[in-house]
Amino acid sequence: MATALAQTPLFDWHASHGGRMVDFAGWSMPVQYTSIVAEHTATRTAATLFDISHMGRLRFDGPGAAGFLDSVVTRRVTDQQPGQVRYSLVTRDDGGILDDVLVYHLADAGGGSYWLMVVNASNRTKIVEFLEPRLALASDVLFTDATFDWAMIAVQGPHASALVQPLVERSLDTMKYYHAAETRIAGHGGIVSRTGYTGEDGYELILGARAIEGVWQTLIAAGATPAGLGARDTLRLEAGMPLYGHELSEAIDPFQAGLDFAVNLPDRAFSGSAALQTLKQRTGVPCRVGLTMTSKRVPREGFHILSSDKVVGSVTSGTFSPTLECPIAMGYVQPEFAQPDTELAIDIRGRAEPARVVTLPFYRRTTKGSRT
Amino acid sequence: MKPENLLFAKTHEWVYIEPDASGGKVATVGISAFALEALTDLVYIELPKLGRTLKAGESFGEIESVKAVSDLYSPVDGTVVAVHDALPNQLEALPADPYGNGWIAKIKLADESALGELMNYAAYQKQCAEEGH
Repeated sequence: MATALAQTPLFDWHASHGGRMVDFAGWSMPVQYTSIVAEHTATRTAATLFDISHMGRLRFDGPGAAGFLDSVVTRRVTDQQPGQVRYSLVTRDDGGILDDVLVYHLADAGGGSYWLMVVNASNRTKIVEFLEPRLALASDVLFTDATFDWAMIAVQGPHASALVQPLVERSLDTMKYYHAAETRIAGHGGIVSRTGYTGEDGYELILGARAIEGVWQTLIAAGATPAGLGARDTLRLEAGMPLYGHELSEAIDPFQAGLDFAVNLPDRAFSGSAALQTLKQRTGVPCRVGLTMTSKRVPREGFHILSSDKVVGSVTSGTFSPTLECPIAMGYVQPEFAQPDTELAIDIRGRAEPARVVTLPFYRRTTKGSRT
Repeated sequence: MKPENLLFAKTHEWVYIEPDASGGKVATVGISAFALEALTDLVYIELPKLGRTLKAGESFGEIESVKAVSDLYSPVDGTVVAVHDALPNQLEALPADPYGNGWIAKIKLADESALGELMNYAAYQKQCAEEGH
């Protein structure tokens, strides 16, 4: 592959601070600085910083923006107030998942509002290509792919509020989970949202690419630990959050994935809505489950899930859980094996290791509110 | 044990050869500090069975970290005459003392021809430098 990897505005910082850089969705990203377990534990007990500038940031302005977005995502947009963020999906006409996205509705300084869609790095091109022909028919929407103009970092963990508050003008005490606002961030214009992908309380900050390194360094000086994609994966897996390319794909529909809450069907038409009406009634298809194990051997993606030596599903993500101190996995199994406490096994390189179906998430923090 | 006194396989196992009481030779085998540094966050090791006969290059166990699993390959031809039984319950010994208390198994050599494939420390360091960057 001769294609050069894209770099975030923090690339030089990562490379000069022990970041082990890997190719992730065409970006050179740090997988870890010290150890995955140390960075994971720092997130659960204090606060960590993740560079998530590789995620796609798509902006929609104009009087038609809300209506346009409502026609391309699975969750109702028209009742989304400025300041609200929603987890949503973009689906194909046949209901397969093109991406899972966050839709932000933001008030601007002039009394108006605009919208952001934050998409997975691996799907940004695909989503832009999906949107473009539809945008061509929506003359009252101004679309901007702002991915390379803006940087984005996540501050996650129980100390996140204390670390972020001194940098922002907005009071974080009054910001609810899954809400966002424009604010000054260390003197620069930006957006703060109470969102994240780790199962902890935390914030995601969006600001200009040139401003990010100073904010990053300020947060580290205040006590945040930089963390890489490795910890991000173990954390999101403990939190039971699906990852595109693993639990989610174009071959999976939202109901199989257990994402019914992210699909509003009645009285709406959007890409995939007709197919999803039908798919919602479907039975007998594999569905997403969580599995815990007693052995120390770690299930990996693609390993078979067994019931009495018969293959009943396969693993989509697996890791050793630093919090639970045992291997955990998500996978898809035939629905008759999906009930919590069902005893199954996972074929780990030729040996059937016992596994038990558990209710997701594996880990739930004990404080703060819920997603709206 | 100093790494300068060891031989290394391309697959990152180290070997220390010493004579045994019967006039033969025994190889103590472990994993290099470089490989352990790359793995980090170890969660599991599977040791070979005592008495197992191995060919050089054959997988005799596995080592697993949060991130990945790797096979362990025998660097020599021979028979497993000792295994480090305590290791699975003290995986921290591996990165803490890879060339001492982190030893994995002792293999009585059946044939010394495979030793010619192994590298000295300087050659191994060169390989690691090329892999690491």
